[in-house]
Amino acid sequence: MATATAVLELKDFKADVPADWCPGCGDFGVLNGLFHACAELGRQPHEILVVSGIGCSSNLPGFFRSYGVHSLHGRALPFATGAKLANHGMTVIVTGGDGDGYGIGLNHFIQAMRRNIDITYIVMDNETYGLTTGQVSPTSETGMVTKTTPHGNLEQMLNPMALALASGCGYVARGFSGQPKHLLKLYTEAIQYPGFALVDVFSPCVTFNKHNTYEWFRKRVYRLEDTPHDPTDFHAAMDAALTWGEKIPIGLIYRNGNPRSSLHLQDPGLQAGVLVHQPVAVGREQRQKLVAEFM
Amino acid sequence: MNESDVVVGIGGAAGDGVASAGNTLALSVARQGQAVYAYNAYQSVIRGGHSWLRLRISARKPLNHGDQVDALIALNQDTLDRHLQELVAGGVALYNSTKLQPSYEPPKGVQLCPLPVPDLTPAYKDLPVMQNTVAVGAVIGLMGLDFRGLESVLESTFAKKPHVVKVNMEAAKAGFDYAAAHFTPLLRQLQPTSQKWAMVTGNELMAMGAAFAGCKFYCAYPMSPATHILEWFAGHGKELGVCVRQVEDEISVMNMTIGAGHMGARSMCATSGGGLALMTEAIGLAGMLETPVVVVNVMRAGPSTGVPTKTEQGDLNQAFGASQGDFPRIIIAPLSMTDCFTAPALAFNVADRYQCPVILLADLLMCEGNETVDPALLDVEFQIDRGQLITTAPGGSGAAAGEPYLRYKDTESGISPRAVPGVPGHLHVAASDEHDEDGVLISDVYTDTVRRKKMADKRSRKMATVLEHLPAPTLEGSLDAEVTLVGWGSTWGVLVEAVEQLNREGISTSHLQIKFLVPFHVTEVSAILGKSRRVIVVENNQSGQFARHLRAETGISAHGHIRKYDGEPFEPKHIVGAVKELLANGTELIEVLSTERGWQTEHPTGTSGDWAGRRVAAAAVGASPLTT
Repeated sequence: MATATAVLELKDFKADVPADWCPGCGDFGVLNGLFHACAELGRQPHEILVVSGIGCSSNLPGFFRSYGVHSLHGRALPFATGAKLANHGMTVIVTGGDGDGYGIGLNHFIQAMRRNIDITYIVMDNETYGLTTGQVSPTSETGMVTKTTPHGNLEQMLNPMALALASGCGYVARGFSGQPKHLLKLYTEAIQYPGFALVDVFSPCVTFNKHNTYEWFRKRVYRLEDTPHDPTDFHAAMDAALTWGEKIPIGLIYRNGNPRSSLHLQDPGLQAGVLVHQPVAVGREQRQKLVAEFM
Repeated sequence: MNESDVVVGIGGAAGDGVASAGNTLALSVARQGQAVYAYNAYQSVIRGGHSWLRLRISARKPLNHGDQVDALIALNQDTLDRHLQELVAGGVALYNSTKLQPSYEPPKGVQLCPLPVPDLTPAYKDLPVMQNTVAVGAVIGLMGLDFRGLESVLESTFAKKPHVVKVNMEAAKAGFDYAAAHFTPLLRQLQPTSQKWAMVTGNELMAMGAAFAGCKFYCAYPMSPATHILEWFAGHGKELGVCVRQVEDEISVMNMTIGAGHMGARSMCATSGGGLALMTEAIGLAGMLETPVVVVNVMRAGPSTGVPTKTEQGDLNQAFGASQGDFPRIIIAPLSMTDCFTAPALAFNVADRYQCPVILLADLLMCEGNETVDPALLDVEFQIDRGQLITTAPGGSGAAAGEPYLRYKDTESGISPRAVPGVPGHLHVAASDEHDEDGVLISDVYTDTVRRKKMADKRSRKMATVLEHLPAPTLEGSLDAEVTLVGWGSTWGVLVEAVEQLNREGISTSHLQIKFLVPFHVTEVSAILGKSRRVIVVENNQSGQFARHLRAETGISAHGHIRKYDGEPFEPKHIVGAVKELLANGTELIEVLSTERGWQTEHPTGTSGDWAGRRVAAAAVGASPLTT
């Protein structure tokens, strides 16, 4: 057991329950990156809360040794928002998949970015519904054939990066599960970013997505760090976010150099400090004052 | 009807200032020691429509809005036309005589009190709402109260604008003096008393009661008739250190509330039936994670959007069935506005103790209604029971020696000590999937019937002792009364008065009011109703949702049913009349309708103001090929 002074190691964050994803699943890379990032950041397991929704990737909290919540499909962000506001001393990380976050939970995704709650959101984006065995997802490409789109996907694929930029997200990054060291850097930065941070990770589903394979991504992804891209330039970030096709950028797309203050720092009710550490009783004088407002 | 009562009805279109005139009047009389119960029948429009506010004023605290009108303040022609006929002998009708004229003869003994408003206040020509101030001044005089209460209210309301105080004061005084000089005072006169009153809505009491009970997180999406809870919290969150958020929808509301509750903050949210529908899946999440939360449903008339500004007790089935599967939940229906103040404290305590969702079923009648409350009743330090909550780790940061912490430990009571995230040595995952005692998922373990049943049983076992913390209902009146009226929730006040009246008229009547719906006091209720000679269930819904619940829990079928689902609340006369009819005809079911002419809509818009215009439009539509 780690103590407050000891150096944290990868094993401090490994749960007793081994991950049971399909062999080769991209989510292993995401989980490993998270082990490394948390060990590096030096926050104790009990100071971290990992919240997920429902889906293959949302099983992650069970494999990660910290406080965890495996909430409802699409509702990890609101749950985590309430949790962060109640105890903003905790590091809150939300994990989930593209169906969970960009489909059923899309409204919450946009709203969480608008309200700039200090949460790191890691989306394991496999462009399919894996747990339900291979249906079309919001990030499936147009034309993609799945069990529910046997004649090809008719809908425009959602662009989470551009949507995040338009919704006021201050840290927008994309990684690839096939490049775990690169991912680790993004996680570390994202968790340290003061405000809502999004890391969308291409995390191939080896069982149900035969289109967006490791090979497919390897051929396309390039790192923005290897280009003159300036992540503090919003318009350049939007250009990068909209780049899709034969070449797809990964890495830090946008970082607001002048971050908006996080919600918990602004909320009038939280000015006295962490909510769950505040006394619950209301003093008699204050009660009488409130009652007097009605007289 | 109480002899010392005066019921003032104020009517107008939305935007005419009905509510603010009513507030001024209520607060003014409260400051002269008068108790008030106010009910506003309004419509879901910002301008137009018909808003009808009744204030029942008496030195003896009224428990409902009564069933007659003594003084009418008509702010538009429509109101005068609708409600003049409702006045009782000795009553008065006040109206701006330069704008309105009665369309028919008033009932016998009713005094017309035309107020020449432009002569009484020069401010009227720029500010038509000054007619309200004149009328409020006049009616206060006619009730036998003096001017000081109103004076002090105008001073405090407009404290920051001295010229507004002056103009209003002059208008009010002119109305007061004019009435004294030209009209006969009301037959029923009020005597000032020294009693102090707080004038509060049920929503405000619910919010303040929750705050006093240690609510630290409140979250909502605006929805009538629950919005004012959010507004009260928003206005006081800073000083009380309560995190108050308005968020995107009720799905988010419920999940956020559970998230905050999971971390150890007392958390509450409120909505109406439509919002509760969206919250439903997450209410089950609270059941599964064993997270204490308090959910308020301020019921309005459904289904669907329904009648958003009208009252009903129609969401009982919804509360029973909110979420899939079986899990412990507690459902409490406060009995009155004053009860809304104490209900959250009780709800939080049982939520914390049993680690489950608690639903408070209130309704528009009690939550948007105003009532005077003795401030002594609000000067309470609630007992706060957080149950088996672990917020610190004994012996520093390490895990306690010996046994590992099991968040969902299978205890005898079913209650497992609850460590909140952040506490060293108690790491666990709380999962919406079925999980074992340590929180690890068993949902995907192939047919582990034993562990699944063990955990389901653990949760349900918690319900076994809840009733120990909820006082059993008691019968008011005699066990061998001819009639036993059974109600639940907000009908308490109207039933108390109806029962008094029935007994006065020689029909011996007892009264049982149910506040705790789940779990249900089966033994106590069966012992009472099993002996009752004629059980009549009174409820504000169409299908008799409570009557069915009573039958399901106790096997007792009521002999008679009195129901109302026209959007308006019961009045004492409705119940008295219906009981008599049930007794006389042996009928099983009486459906009450507010049928006074004032309630009926005789034209498509509900207002006479633009009736002609709408009629032309309707005719034009009728002539189009689309509708032929």
